[in-house]
Amino acid sequence: MQWMDVCSVADLQENSGVCALVNGLQVAIFYLPTDELAVYAISNYDPIGKANVLSRGIVGDINGHKVVASPLYKQHFDLQTGACLEDDTVTVPIYACQINGGRVQVDTRLVAPLRQLIENSTNTKQEVVSA
Amino acid sequence: MSIKQTLVVIGNGMVGQHFLASLVASPAKDQYDIVTFCEEPRPAYDRVHLSAFFSGTTAKELSLVEDGFFEQHNITLHLGDKAASIDRAAKIVTSAKGVTIHYDKLVLATGSYPFVPPVAGHDRAQCLVYRTIEDLEAMAAAAKTGKVGTVVGGGLLGLEAAKALKDLGLETHIVEFAPRLMAVQLDEAGGAMLRRKIEDLGVIVHTGKNTSLITDGETCINKMCFADGEELETDIVLFSAGIRPRDDIARACGLEVGQRGGIVIDNDCKTSDADIYAIGECALWNGMIYGLVAPGYAMARTAVANLTGEAGSFTGADMSTKLKLMGVDVASIGDAHARSQGAMVYSYQNGADEIYKRLVVSADGKQLLGAVLVGDASGYSTLLQYCLNGIELPENPDALILPHRSDESVGLGPDALPVSATICSCYNVTKGKLCTAIEAGCTTMDGLKKETQAATGCGGCAALVKSVLNSELAKQGVEVNTDLCEHFAYTRQELHTLVRVEQIKTFHELLIKHGKGLGCEICKPTVGSILASQWNEHILGKDHTALQDTNDNFLANIQKDGTYSVVPRIAGGEISPDMLIALGQVGKKYKLYTKITGGQRVDLFGATLEQLPLIWKELIDAGFESGHAYGKSLRTVKSCVGSSWCRYGVDDSVGLAIELENRYKGLRSPHKIKFAVSGCTRECAEAQSKDIGIIATENGWNLYVCGNGGMKPRHADLFATGLDKETLIKTIDRVLSFYVRTADRLQRTSVWMENMEGGLDYLKSVIIDDKLGLGEQLEEQMQHVIDTYQCEWKTTIEDKSKLKRFHHFINSDGTDDNVVFVEERGQIRPARDDERKHFNLVEVA
Repeated sequence: MQWMDVCSVADLQENSGVCALVNGLQVAIFYLPTDELAVYAISNYDPIGKANVLSRGIVGDINGHKVVASPLYKQHFDLQTGACLEDDTVTVPIYACQINGGRVQVDTRLVAPLRQLIENSTNTKQEVVSA
Repeated sequence: MSIKQTLVVIGNGMVGQHFLASLVASPAKDQYDIVTFCEEPRPAYDRVHLSAFFSGTTAKELSLVEDGFFEQHNITLHLGDKAASIDRAAKIVTSAKGVTIHYDKLVLATGSYPFVPPVAGHDRAQCLVYRTIEDLEAMAAAAKTGKVGTVVGGGLLGLEAAKALKDLGLETHIVEFAPRLMAVQLDEAGGAMLRRKIEDLGVIVHTGKNTSLITDGETCINKMCFADGEELETDIVLFSAGIRPRDDIARACGLEVGQRGGIVIDNDCKTSDADIYAIGECALWNGMIYGLVAPGYAMARTAVANLTGEAGSFTGADMSTKLKLMGVDVASIGDAHARSQGAMVYSYQNGADEIYKRLVVSADGKQLLGAVLVGDASGYSTLLQYCLNGIELPENPDALILPHRSDESVGLGPDALPVSATICSCYNVTKGKLCTAIEAGCTTMDGLKKETQAATGCGGCAALVKSVLNSELAKQGVEVNTDLCEHFAYTRQELHTLVRVEQIKTFHELLIKHGKGLGCEICKPTVGSILASQWNEHILGKDHTALQDTNDNFLANIQKDGTYSVVPRIAGGEISPDMLIALGQVGKKYKLYTKITGGQRVDLFGATLEQLPLIWKELIDAGFESGHAYGKSLRTVKSCVGSSWCRYGVDDSVGLAIELENRYKGLRSPHKIKFAVSGCTRECAEAQSKDIGIIATENGWNLYVCGNGGMKPRHADLFATGLDKETLIKTIDRVLSFYVRTADRLQRTSVWMENMEGGLDYLKSVIIDDKLGLGEQLEEQMQHVIDTYQCEWKTTIEDKSKLKRFHHFINSDGTDDNVVFVEERGQIRPARDDERKHFNLVEVA
């Protein structure tokens, strides 16, 4: 893994999102303090509204899926898969993200199934790339 | 194609117009060339609500004819021209102005004229009648110089006329020949209760008075002398002692008329000449003249059915009535006087609340024959259904009129009604017709109204229509789920109550106690709004930030490209040149697109997240404050320039608008709220299209509520008239607090009103009569919001922790490279997709 340090946990907004610039790409990072994974990262670009706004959406759950609702037209995007609940032809990229020693880190290799990365990462030595 | 026949309609009153509207909606419209004569200078208007003319309603609003109706349906209208004679042999109608028209079919809808008793002096100056808008104008003119007005006649119309005199500011008397008011409809006790209530309103009632002479007065223009020797000084004498059919034109051409007047008609509404119909108050059916509008409408529909070759007959009409006379609910059903053989009477009298109810039941106690309700007519629909449909009464019929202070309901459920029961008598809609429409897919109140016209006339049956709808839907297995979302099995109204009663201060607490899951974009902003209107903490407080929609979250309005617009408050639309310049300078400095809004302020577009605090720092330094354009909250109070400058202005609309905007600014509500204040009835501020509209009159402020422009325009309802400022503000406090408590999520006041059971009358009873005893609570709630107001932007720019979010990136000072503008008409706008690929991009600030 190539973890890049983007900010401190204190910079995050509880139960809400922020946007980080990672290798020139806009990544929306959502912080759910009581959740087992605590942080989720997806692309900040809303492919339906065509603007970089997803980090400003409201976070919640719909039928057990953790989602963010686009602030433009309110479609839901699954934080774990990137799928749009209203339109199955639309998906947004998801990114690996973690909290490590009070710092928030995003995998710079980007675009990879979250679960798999998390599972792999438990056995991999972490390499931190600073911003 | 056959040659069209000519159909002439004499009279364009309420019934004549209903006939035309029914005809053009029928397949027969193409069979006839239609010509109509209207003696008055304006086409049909609502005579039933004539007295509203004096509480601010205009002649145009009273009109029953949609703009372009006659042109659209190719109807030739001879306005201000009276049909003078009929030549039945030649089939020709000749008008007063000399127009002659040949007819194939003729409809007489000549209506009635006010009966003026042949008292000596009845034709003196200021002795008037009450029937047309011209009569009202004469009354208004007479009221300018007079102080005292007297209505002769204490029936339905007489009481309406008395209200008109009262609204004109006159000392008002009612003189009635019979020993009680509304003698036809009410029994003695009911009449007495009505009298008490009317006298409470400041009207002086004289019953059992026979006027013998009208002559010169000493302190007033006229003096009425009564047979018992008493006298009454009055300036205006207004005759409202009943109506007489206008049958002179029928009489002159030899049609059969009744002994005491009225054009004789059969069940088809045909006169003694098979080509001539008569409908409405001019017609005599089975020895009866019907002086109500509903039977007239029924006759009109019968005549249309006959002309189109369909079956249809008029077989009499129910004369039951329910109305509000001078704010007093009065209803009379069937045999109110218990004249039927063996009839038994139950009555209930409540002196403290001034309520009187009486039931007349059959000898076996099983059928309801009649009823009288004064002071509380809420049971009217149920009782009328019992009476009209012969539904068997409960074992103890008095339960229907006794106050039920527990929760048990004695109302008649929709299932108890037969399919043939008439639910809406204005448009003759039966329960069967409603059920058919519901089965065919009308599953909303709106849809059902459109499809069947039910509840679109007087609206009195709306609650019953709704309960039929709900009951039918339940039968179809359609469960009406009113849960806010999957996280809360409550309505917004219920959540509001939970928050208030349990003093809940955060979303988290509410979710733990009453919800499940994480929440979503439905419940979070809803609860955020409830918390804000109840406790009024800063919406970007630690526990509240994550609840807010992006607009509230960044205190600005998101646009399609993810940039925001900024709207500072310009209360009442009043702004000094210096402030305008300051605004312009900010717009120029940050290269913002600038546009004037519909709410009389300025919108600055194209601000990025990082610019918002900088822009607001400058605006606040210049003296501006947040305009809350981003919130579901009070937006603007629009105003016309008012009496300070305008030649016609009656009061200071700008001053009031500014005061109101400053009072209610920051109030979070189920949806946005817009106000307007007009300085006179010309209504330049368009107050009647607002949630709260205020219009200055010479007697004080008139308050309108629940109007809307936008997607589904709704004319606001007149709520109260002639208010002083203190009462006005108190009333608005209550209305808004009640809206905040009870409306659904994102429900504007217009829809709130449309869906409210009991509608306008109910809202008035809660707000004005304080029926629920909530008045003070509602005012206190508003006062709390007012006392805790803060400019959300000022607080935000002074608080570093709140400013943290106003950067596009958490880890970079860079900006969003997807935001690109092009220039158009000298200002920026977001680039379109096709433009992004090319060039001409303007750099952001």
